[in-house]
Amino acid sequence: MRRYSAFAIVREGLKHHMGWERAWRSPEPKSRYDVVIVGAGGHGLATAYYLGKNFGITNVAILEKGWLGGGNTGRNTTIIRSNYLQDPSAAIYEKSRSLYETLSQELNYNVMFSPRGVMMLAQTQHEVRGYKRTAFANAIQGVKTEFVGPERVKALCPILNIDGPRYPVLGALWQARGGTARHDAVAWGYARACSEMGMDIIQQCEVTGIRQEGGRVTGVDTTKGEIGCDKLALVVAGHSGRLAEMAGFRLPIESVPLQALVSEPIKPCMDVVVMANTVHGYMSQSDKGEMVIGGGTDGYNAYTQRGSFQHVEETVRALVETFPIIGRLKMLRQWGGIVDMTGDRSPILSKTPVGGVYANCGWGTGGFKAIPGSGWAMAELVAKDAPGPLSSHFGLDRFRAGRFIDESVAAGVAH
Amino acid sequence: MSRRLTSGGRYIDRSAPQGFTFDGTTFEGYAGDTLASALLGAGVTLVGRSFKYHRPRGILAAGPEEPNALVALGPKERTEPNQRATTTELFDGLTARSQNRWPSLKHDVGALNQAVSKFLPAGFYYKTFIQPRHAWKHLFEPIIRRSAGLGPAPTHADPDEYEHLYDTADVLVAGGGVAGLTAALAAGRAGKRVLLVEQMPHWGGRLVTDALPDAKEEAGETVAALLSALEALPNVHLRTRTMCAGIYDHGYVLCHERVSDHAPAAGIPRHRLWKVRAGQIVVATGAIERPIAFPMNDLPGVMLAGAVRDYVECYGVTPGDTVVIVTNNDDAYRTALSLKAAGIAVPAVVDARGAADGALPAMARAAGIDVRTGQGVAKVLGKTGVEGVQLCAQGSAGEVTDTIACDAVAVSGGWSPAVNLWSHCGGKLRWREDAAWFEPDADKAPTGADGRAFVAVCGAANGRMGARDAATDAAGVGAAAAGGEVPGDLPGVPDAPEEAPLEPVWLMPADAQIEAREKMWLDFQNDVKVSDVELAAREGFESVEHTKRYTTLGMATDQGKTSNINGLAILAKALDEGVPQVGTTTFRPPWTPLSFGSIVGEAKGSAFQPLRRTPMDSWHEARGATWEPVGHWRRPYCYPRRAESAEEAVEREVLAVRNHVGILDASTLGKILVRGPDAGRFVDMLYTNMMSTLKPGRCRYGLMCSENGFLMDDGVVARIDEQTFLCHTTTGGADRIHAWMEDWLQCEWWDWKVHTVNLTEAWGQIAVAGPKARKVLESLGGMDLSAEALPFMGWADGTLGGFDVRVYRISFSGELSFEIAVRAGQARALWDRLVAAGDAHGMAPYGTEALHVLRAEKGFIMIGDESDGTVIPQDLGLDWAISKKKDDYLGKRAQARMHMTDAGRWRLVGLETLEGEVLPDGAYAVSNEKDEWGNTRTIGRVTSSYRSPTLNRGIAMALVEKGPERMGEVIDFPIPGADPIAARIVSPVFYDPEGEKQNV
Ligand SMILES: Cc1cc2nc3c(=O)[nH]c(=O)nc-3n(C[C@H](O)[C@H](O)[C@H](O)COP(=O)(O)OP(=O)(O)OC[C@H]3O[C@@H](n4cnc5c(N)ncnc54)[C@H](O)[C@@H]3O)c2cc1C
Repeated sequence: MRRYSAFAIVREGLKHHMGWERAWRSPEPKSRYDVVIVGAGGHGLATAYYLGKNFGITNVAILEKGWLGGGNTGRNTTIIRSNYLQDPSAAIYEKSRSLYETLSQELNYNVMFSPRGVMMLAQTQHEVRGYKRTAFANAIQGVKTEFVGPERVKALCPILNIDGPRYPVLGALWQARGGTARHDAVAWGYARACSEMGMDIIQQCEVTGIRQEGGRVTGVDTTKGEIGCDKLALVVAGHSGRLAEMAGFRLPIESVPLQALVSEPIKPCMDVVVMANTVHGYMSQSDKGEMVIGGGTDGYNAYTQRGSFQHVEETVRALVETFPIIGRLKMLRQWGGIVDMTGDRSPILSKTPVGGVYANCGWGTGGFKAIPGSGWAMAELVAKDAPGPLSSHFGLDRFRAGRFIDESVAAGVAH
Repeated sequence: MSRRLTSGGRYIDRSAPQGFTFDGTTFEGYAGDTLASALLGAGVTLVGRSFKYHRPRGILAAGPEEPNALVALGPKERTEPNQRATTTELFDGLTARSQNRWPSLKHDVGALNQAVSKFLPAGFYYKTFIQPRHAWKHLFEPIIRRSAGLGPAPTHADPDEYEHLYDTADVLVAGGGVAGLTAALAAGRAGKRVLLVEQMPHWGGRLVTDALPDAKEEAGETVAALLSALEALPNVHLRTRTMCAGIYDHGYVLCHERVSDHAPAAGIPRHRLWKVRAGQIVVATGAIERPIAFPMNDLPGVMLAGAVRDYVECYGVTPGDTVVIVTNNDDAYRTALSLKAAGIAVPAVVDARGAADGALPAMARAAGIDVRTGQGVAKVLGKTGVEGVQLCAQGSAGEVTDTIACDAVAVSGGWSPAVNLWSHCGGKLRWREDAAWFEPDADKAPTGADGRAFVAVCGAANGRMGARDAATDAAGVGAAAAGGEVPGDLPGVPDAPEEAPLEPVWLMPADAQIEAREKMWLDFQNDVKVSDVELAAREGFESVEHTKRYTTLGMATDQGKTSNINGLAILAKALDEGVPQVGTTTFRPPWTPLSFGSIVGEAKGSAFQPLRRTPMDSWHEARGATWEPVGHWRRPYCYPRRAESAEEAVEREVLAVRNHVGILDASTLGKILVRGPDAGRFVDMLYTNMMSTLKPGRCRYGLMCSENGFLMDDGVVARIDEQTFLCHTTTGGADRIHAWMEDWLQCEWWDWKVHTVNLTEAWGQIAVAGPKARKVLESLGGMDLSAEALPFMGWADGTLGGFDVRVYRISFSGELSFEIAVRAGQARALWDRLVAAGDAHGMAPYGTEALHVLRAEKGFIMIGDESDGTVIPQDLGLDWAISKKKDDYLGKRAQARMHMTDAGRWRLVGLETLEGEVLPDGAYAVSNEKDEWGNTRTIGRVTSSYRSPTLNRGIAMALVEKGPERMGEVIDFPIPGADPIAARIVSPVFYDPEGEKQNV
């Protein structure tokens, strides 16, 4: 495949860009693969990529019922951070964040990872204590964060109102190497690299059944016919419950809508990502200039990818309070995704009751940042049929044992 | 040059000139103008710059679909970026600035991008800026951010007011053109409550403008007749300047009214957000015209044909002196006739169709206009404005056949129904091959919980373009929405001549070469060209969503209102598929951008969230309390005196309680009444403790756990009588716990005879704590408070100083303590009496921080400090509060799980630093082993840490691995950037371990 570079663009530019190849092939499914991955979101694609890269397994198909990257991967607000509290979380999210640092070079695709810094505001004494605790934990976990005072907060983000009448800003947990990336590019970059390794990405191909023999998977039924496989990875986020049902087991997952919205684009006025959990909202400014805004999940279970206006209202209120200058901006577009929530708000990376079937789900409101790390860990789990250190704590057995990895402790909103 | 005509303009009032400035230059327009019409009238055609290449941009449309003419409005403190000039009503004193240019609109450095545009195709940034790694963050990204972004960022908080209003309607009609007016009238006549909203300031939509010259008067009468019929109906409400922004599930509709944008004045809101619950919604939002992709179609002066006649007829403005019309349909001939009637030269109508034999072309020919069929535009000439067009055969590759000098081009590629609102809640579309548009598929309407459609569509939005046809459609749809009959006496709508079908023209000329396709714009704001969409298809971005995201087609502030269909068609062609197979992207609210201010409404500043204040709040304020938000309440953190620091104040308050007496406003504590024959059974399930055996007159400290066994709240439960318990919760927990109780009662134990009431605000509660507490209370006179009459953990009703009170003998400080509950209305008076009585005993008010220190000295846990959602009561040594006799309580089964009974769990201990210093809150203790990720293994953490004024040293509570088994052991707490702190594991009860002080 032709490498992307400024030089390639100039060369193609002189030929009116008629010579660019497809970013990924569009093959017909083969009858059998070593590994079939269901779901061409970021996590499914990254799983495939590291199967090939780290384990040399390339006879792989990634089946996608719609268009690749069209699930939550293409709907999220792209916050990347690893300032998690619990050790297993910090381990996988920091691995992920560090992979993001070099992902553009690794994939030869500009995913626009922008380590502009993520700030989580403390607006109550309780939050101050919580974030100081996280900073202590992070120091031991090897995650670079610090608790900063209100003056530093203001210096990092001058449009913040730190003296709000209701919840003055008392400080913040600051991760300078957190940031954002371009969500579509992450999916496309992995897809291109997978296709290049000879893997088949098959879009418009919905899995409708899972075939088993003697407690082991043998293949899947799809809208494009039956496809055999030795191993099957279910990486379908909000639809995980449906796929588990096809395989004959249940997952402790609830599906709820999470909404986001953007303003019209304006000139740069905010260089960092700010999350304000007391008032429940967060905001960053995209490279196009839109203010990218999100908040909490809707209060009911659903599969429709839209939410109620009430949540948008609460979120915008919170942010106008926090950033008074945005009051005269306008909401351009609102949308929703269906997020897969577990009881402890931590993901599942696990073997399942069916031999050869693996589940990767439960990333909920915050799995974009985890895409590279999750793919890395999932590839190991699938290749070795055993969890490695990044995934061993995220098994399904933790719910039975009560070994929760509860992140809501540190933050109300986990994006 | 664009200019004001000497006559004409239905909407403007030539007797009312309005001054305004654009980029600092002063101009004049008329009342009734939009900023766009006023600018055109003043001869200004260059109004902005595009997003990517900074191409010069003029005015394309006359309504909300405008992609180009975006300006920043207002003086600095009221900056409103990205406002569409086409929907901005002119007023005297309006100030507007052009955007996305530097240093000026005419001379924009960013325009250099055009020179290298061949190297900046769709998605170029994914393929470059990859090396070197750090350059993205430090070099490329900042440059891209600065050159993107359109409007200026505001610098001031918005000083204007906004409001929310609520309404209901049996039938809500969106759009006040002939279809909307007719539908509303039909529904209104059926007696239903009807709300009709129109985004523009005028009723009638396109009816009059689109009527033929001899039918205009009749069309005007139609609108007037419809309006007066509607106004006569008391059950019909009409609102102009009100945009239907979004349709949500269950008939929830959001409407946005511009109340005073057109006439700013103090004291009235700028915008109003209407939240309407509608039984049926009728979408009558009309249609949007689309341009045609021909080379250099983005130059200022190229305008939609429908918009051109809007400007001529509504505002008395012409976009040029010589206007060439480019079309593939009959409708654009109306523009030719309009211009001609206004005395503007129309050298040619360039019609891509092989023949133009309909009535409208015939009329144009009769008016002396040169109609050139089978022709297309090879290129528009000009740099920052139209100077002419080169023509070619539509079926060719673009060989120039003729050149016509002109200063404006009116283009029409046909119309598309405005289906956005129909689609917001899931309404599906179908492709009409003959008309080349997507229209609502009536069989696939959005449905409500009852499975029935709650959105209907009529008129042009339903693909019924002719006025009479639209009105007939609307009458039926409106009547059906109201469950009524079509009224027999609807005003007549003038007939229009039959129109010949259009011929879809997605590319002009049809065989345009790549050099030409690189100059054909689809999305004017985001600079997406035909070649970009083709490139996306070539690179495998075959899904329409992929193409949209890769090229940014339709992602600009107009959300592709004029570009989507053209883009889809180009994509379909590139993929060799049909347009319906390619499909559309998703339509999302809002229809046009919605101000954040209106979303926020009144809820900002001090009204952002309700601030809950106790009855004693003003006393605290007067005493100089510093505040701490707790839940929605504010509580005094401490009461510093004159030069005292907060630390000093807290220390003084703690010592006052220990040595004399203190008084605390405890009113915010949650107080939930649980009553009924099954109340005992219910509280036994809620709490880990046995509560049903509590005797009336007694209190018990109780713990509540989640189903997963984790501690979620604590508090004292008082048994009032056989069937009544009063459950105290934490301040922050009251609402959550009440909801939790109701959840169980309503969803699981709905047959239990119990009800709950949150009485938190009904009572003021005052804690008087310290060795002299009894003396203070006794000095008020009243009930017997002796240890015999009111023993520890008892409560009694009585009077104190004449107040009816309930006194609890409970203690969170370890001192002799009374908590006095009194009706909220009397709480302040009692407080004042107690404060006065306390003076003689050295009493001091104390705040939340002293409270925390006092309880920590005593080893009492605090929800949210010692517990964090991962801690079970057993971890905290609270086994004594867990009943072994009960079959069940919430969390019991979970607490038996493997990990919960693991011997290695972190458990509560006290810590004494070796040097007496204060450990930082949240610090972790480490062992000298590594964990599985290669980090130092942690073995515990500080949950609370204070300087104890009583012991005059640092004390802390902590959760430590196997903590209680390691008494006396010294463990290390590393502190980043400093030496580790060593601390000895001790009992968490630092003060009065025997509990003698509280039980006197
Ligand atoms: C509004 C919003 C904001 C968010 N903000 C952030 C944020 O700021 N930071 C962050 O880190 N995370 C965020 N997230 C979460 C993040 O988006 C997700 O956790 C992450 O993208 C999940 O990726 P995925 O690959 O697991 O799932 P998805 O991207 O949803 O991919 C799953 C794929 O499986 C496919 N599929 C489903 N069923 C089948 C089937 N039967 N057959 C074949 N294919 C199937 C789907 O079509 C889909 O493409 C946000 C989420 C939302 C909705």
